[in-house]
Amino acid sequence: MDVTIKILRYNPEVSEDATWESYQVTAEPTDRVLDALHKVKWDLDGSLTFRRSCAHGVCGSDAMRINGKNRLACKTLIKDVNPSKPITVEPIKGLPVLKDLVVDMEPFFDAYRSVMPFLVTTGNEPTRERLQSQADRDRFDDTTKCILCAACTTSCPVYWTDGQYFGPQAIVGAHRFIFDSRDEGTDQRLEILNDKEGVWRCRTTFNCTEACPRGIEVTKAIQEVKRALIFRR
Amino acid sequence: MVQTHKYDVVIVGAGGAGMRAALESGQRTRTAVLTKLYPTRSHTGAAQGGMCAALANVEEDNWEWHTFDTVKGGDYLVDQDAAEVMAKEAIDAVLDLEKMGLPFNRTEEGRIDQRRFGGHTRNHGEAAVRRSCFAADRTGHMILQTLYQQCIKHGVEFYNEFYVLDLLTKETVGGVKVTGVVAYELATGEIHVFNAKSVIFATGGFGKVFRTTSNAHTLTGDGMGIVWRKGLPLEDMEFFQFHPTGLAGLGVLLSEAARGEGGILRNSENERFMERYAPTIKDLAPRDMVARAMANEVREGRGAGPDKAYVYLDLTHLPKEQIDAKLPDITEFARTYLGVEPYTEMIPVFPTAHYAMGGVPTNIKGEALADNHTVIPGLYAAGEVACVSVHGANRLGTNSLLDINVFGRRAGLYAAEYAMGIEYDELPEDPEAQVVAMIEQMRDAGGSERVAAIRQELQATMDINAQVYRDEGSLKQALSDIEGLKARYVNVSVQDKGKRFNTDLLEAIELGFLLDLAEVLVVSALARNESRGGHYREDYPHRDDVNFMRHTMAYRQEDGSIRLDYKPVVETRYKPMERKY
Repeated sequence: MDVTIKILRYNPEVSEDATWESYQVTAEPTDRVLDALHKVKWDLDGSLTFRRSCAHGVCGSDAMRINGKNRLACKTLIKDVNPSKPITVEPIKGLPVLKDLVVDMEPFFDAYRSVMPFLVTTGNEPTRERLQSQADRDRFDDTTKCILCAACTTSCPVYWTDGQYFGPQAIVGAHRFIFDSRDEGTDQRLEILNDKEGVWRCRTTFNCTEACPRGIEVTKAIQEVKRALIFRR
Repeated sequence: MVQTHKYDVVIVGAGGAGMRAALESGQRTRTAVLTKLYPTRSHTGAAQGGMCAALANVEEDNWEWHTFDTVKGGDYLVDQDAAEVMAKEAIDAVLDLEKMGLPFNRTEEGRIDQRRFGGHTRNHGEAAVRRSCFAADRTGHMILQTLYQQCIKHGVEFYNEFYVLDLLTKETVGGVKVTGVVAYELATGEIHVFNAKSVIFATGGFGKVFRTTSNAHTLTGDGMGIVWRKGLPLEDMEFFQFHPTGLAGLGVLLSEAARGEGGILRNSENERFMERYAPTIKDLAPRDMVARAMANEVREGRGAGPDKAYVYLDLTHLPKEQIDAKLPDITEFARTYLGVEPYTEMIPVFPTAHYAMGGVPTNIKGEALADNHTVIPGLYAAGEVACVSVHGANRLGTNSLLDINVFGRRAGLYAAEYAMGIEYDELPEDPEAQVVAMIEQMRDAGGSERVAAIRQELQATMDINAQVYRDEGSLKQALSDIEGLKARYVNVSVQDKGKRFNTDLLEAIELGFLLDLAEVLVVSALARNESRGGHYREDYPHRDDVNFMRHTMAYRQEDGSIRLDYKPVVETRYKPMERKY
């Protein structure tokens, strides 16, 4: 089938303004949006710029706004985005656009790095593994799935208007350790999230949960962190 | 503008091997990690099924059995000293990851749970053994995330989206020695020179020479290509693994864990055909055997689907709860990309190009070799880019996640140790000259050839002529196609002439590496007149230990032609036997 892809193009080497460009490509209904973008790049306009790597939804490179919603281009099939009309593709919102669909990911990773997203333990290490029941392991399973694609954070209206807010992903990253029975860094981590730019900024709009390509219940994780803050000690 | 940096250790690549190395060298000496992606985008994250280690948490096991399985699985082309190191250190490698926080699945006692995997057996082949430590079907994802988290904790310095394009070397009396690398910063188009005492290549594989592949778009063999162009050898490049269960038509990986959990392969007649090919361990035979069996079913007309082009992976007899708990991601891939519901429908699968057993030859310290013996001072390689060789002619499932942890750690340790004992070497004058010339030439060229067209034709000929089944005729065809494509590549041009995030230019450079490596693969395959592991020659269907129990060593000559040499296999405790399962 013939599909029209309408892409928000931006290249400051050429112009300070972003402009919409439309491209016609042939695609199967079961092709990925990423395949269509590759067709544009490989056959029509080599200057079209976007990130991608694994092409099946596990590396987190190609989050973009497709028909107004944050998705991974490699996990979105043409048939699911109403191909009878032009499919719009634009960069994720809230991070500085560098070129076309490529945004500056540093502020996003800075927020992640700031919540101590690593196991904190004290005392001597055991010779074998630390024991953990499967139930305790399951407690934080949902948030281990995160691939740092930024689809959640850049779908959050609070994040769009307040550049200081950690954003949903950082809270997911913290949640993964706060609810890990092996971890001993919870107090420090909760203190960081208790900051005025921390969890209390969340307005529970559920955009993040809808946007997550890994099906993580992001809003629920944020609520659990809020509860942990309220009920600590 | 060229910027110059100085680090004791520079690591190229931030997948599992690169980050595991960084955790060692970064705590000992000044270390930088350069990656053309972001660390968490690396393809380690796509690995699924697990990482084997003889923990014996759920049944009797020991590292010697693991060593034997690795040697036998590799069709005896494995260097046995290296396999022994890997199997022994596997146990601590898994425990180290757990201590770093990796969320393994657990047994009822709260220990790390283990499951069956292809080719891993109890007591030298008696029956399948539960050896693979796992986190659902996301083990690679968890390893990549955990290592990145540890890198954050330890303040490892990353240069993200820096594409390394040259290795700087210096001629000394004892031979060539490493002085650094040259990198292209994607965001700005600027060139950076890194003066280093040690360089570790951890750049992964080159699966993109094939069309049907589980590999990421970015797996273009850059590290191997750079080494190759320096006239340094590549080992065993003819051995490429085709993973049996790629999603039909797409190549997206469906873990062997699906069969470890009880999944069964069936042909169009609903027959469990692996019973004919490997009566003892059936669907859990090593990957090369299963992939060939599948291709053979299709060739003999027992393929399924409208074109009889694939077989089925059947999970329908497994309880839903087991599928959800142990195989959540791969079943989602089947739903997303093929619209198949694995609870009730069988999944169409066909072999997909998956893993390079060959690569930059190294010893068990991760030191790269200039020939059969000579260490290149300061150069290390680990992970898929390297050939230690622990995988021989066919890698066992889970042994790649193990390889990156064991040999990533070793490379990091030894690279740091070496760097701490020497002074910086002076860089040559204009160290960046070659890279600048290559980039400018590529960006400004006005030729008529398109990158995508050449790449597509390369991948097509490799899929047809150098895949699961090969013979002299098909390989000669592939070689002549590659030569034609290389001639056309000279006239390639890019449309994007800018400096900022020029991925058009990036793809053009990557294609150059792919063409070089495809040629090495095919030339090495043409000379190996036998069938062993992942390399199957229909005109020579048997293993020939008299003539070919040896590693291939390929060298690029001054005039661009390829010279082949050979290296003996290290044999310690196991005599080659026929490989039956």
